[in-house]
Amino acid sequence: MDRVNRIPILKLGHLLLVSIQVDMHDRMALALQEDLAERISVTGARGVLIDISGLEFIDSFIGRMLSDIAGIARVLDADTVVVGMRPVVAITLVDLGLTLPGVRTALTVERGMAMLPAPTAVEELDDEEEAEDAGGR
Amino acid sequence: MSEGLSVIEGVLRGQRETLLAEWVKAQLAAPGVRTDLISESELRVESDRFLTALVEAVSADSNAMDIMDPRWDAVRDQLTTLSRTRATRGFSPTETATFVFSLKEPLFELLKSTEGDLVATIWSATQLVDGLGLYTSEAYLRSREEVIRRQQDELIELSTPVVKLWQGVVALPLIGTLDSARTQVVMESLLQRIVETDSAIAIIDITGVPTVDTMVAQHLLKAVTAARLMGADCIISGIRPLIAQTIVHLGLDLSEVTTKSSLADAVTVALERTGHQIVRRKSASAE
Repeated sequence: MDRVNRIPILKLGHLLLVSIQVDMHDRMALALQEDLAERISVTGARGVLIDISGLEFIDSFIGRMLSDIAGIARVLDADTVVVGMRPVVAITLVDLGLTLPGVRTALTVERGMAMLPAPTAVEELDDEEEAEDAGGR
Repeated sequence: MSEGLSVIEGVLRGQRETLLAEWVKAQLAAPGVRTDLISESELRVESDRFLTALVEAVSADSNAMDIMDPRWDAVRDQLTTLSRTRATRGFSPTETATFVFSLKEPLFELLKSTEGDLVATIWSATQLVDGLGLYTSEAYLRSREEVIRRQQDELIELSTPVVKLWQGVVALPLIGTLDSARTQVVMESLLQRIVETDSAIAIIDITGVPTVDTMVAQHLLKAVTAARLMGADCIISGIRPLIAQTIVHLGLDLSEVTTKSSLADAVTVALERTGHQIVRRKSASAE
């Protein structure tokens, strides 16, 4: 039962990608929240992308869950970007008064990835320093 | 009552050709006849068809005279069609109703020579023609209302074009008063275009919006918030000095939205954010 009712979390370098393609029920959403928290701490991910382009509708519970995930991720030092929200869903959320404060959004996964911290910023810096050092000698 | 109707039926059947000829003549002689909008032959065909349907209805409904009865369906259908075509051609309600009312004179003329209680017969005929005439007017009004409703819908559709300004930048020039129904359409088409064009920036230009009250501001903010949820930033431009004052006096909070006074400023900001720069060519500046 657990296999079927869980949403897969994919590791993409330093990022975690969650693509929600089915309409979630509440228990599924709670399970996702738990899984994601654990995966962020295990992998040390710096960013989380949540793709909701497959969602036809969102109720207040799922809306809250998205806000909560962003909050949890922030505590664990990871940025969250929600991508691909459909127009209908956006209108529904606004009508419900859920404006998801504190959640960053992007049109596509590509744009969302660009908003998150660069993967190997620290290592690159090291490489450059090494190169400079090498040149200096 | 039934006697009067049967006399009318007799006349309609027996002296149909005379009645038709006299009726068409009466219609053409009526004051304000629109021969510019309808030809005589067309009028004759319409009148002929109507008389045929009328004879059928009168003979089927020999007891009562309720033109809403299913037996009068054919007559009513014909009057509805006639009213609709005349309404679209530009006939006035009076000119449309005259079609039926002008039947009175030739009909009465023919009834005069019949036997029996003339007053009762005339009364039946009057009731019949008046009922049909009023129905024609109603049908005329209904078709006019239909036209108005359709135009209203078209206006809503037409007045909300979302234009692509640059790669990744769309603009929505709003013109006219914003009500809830229009805002809904505007918002939907804006969000749809944002997805289609993959635009991260949307400019809402309100130069053409005459007044901004709390409702309009709320509608605008809703659209901005919905766009943000999808991952697009909104810039509101074209805020006239008077509207800026109104916004402040009403205590509306637009602090979360980028606002610019002109569309040109908004375009510049949008291009800057998408990493573009507008540079004047040297040859042009040297003149």
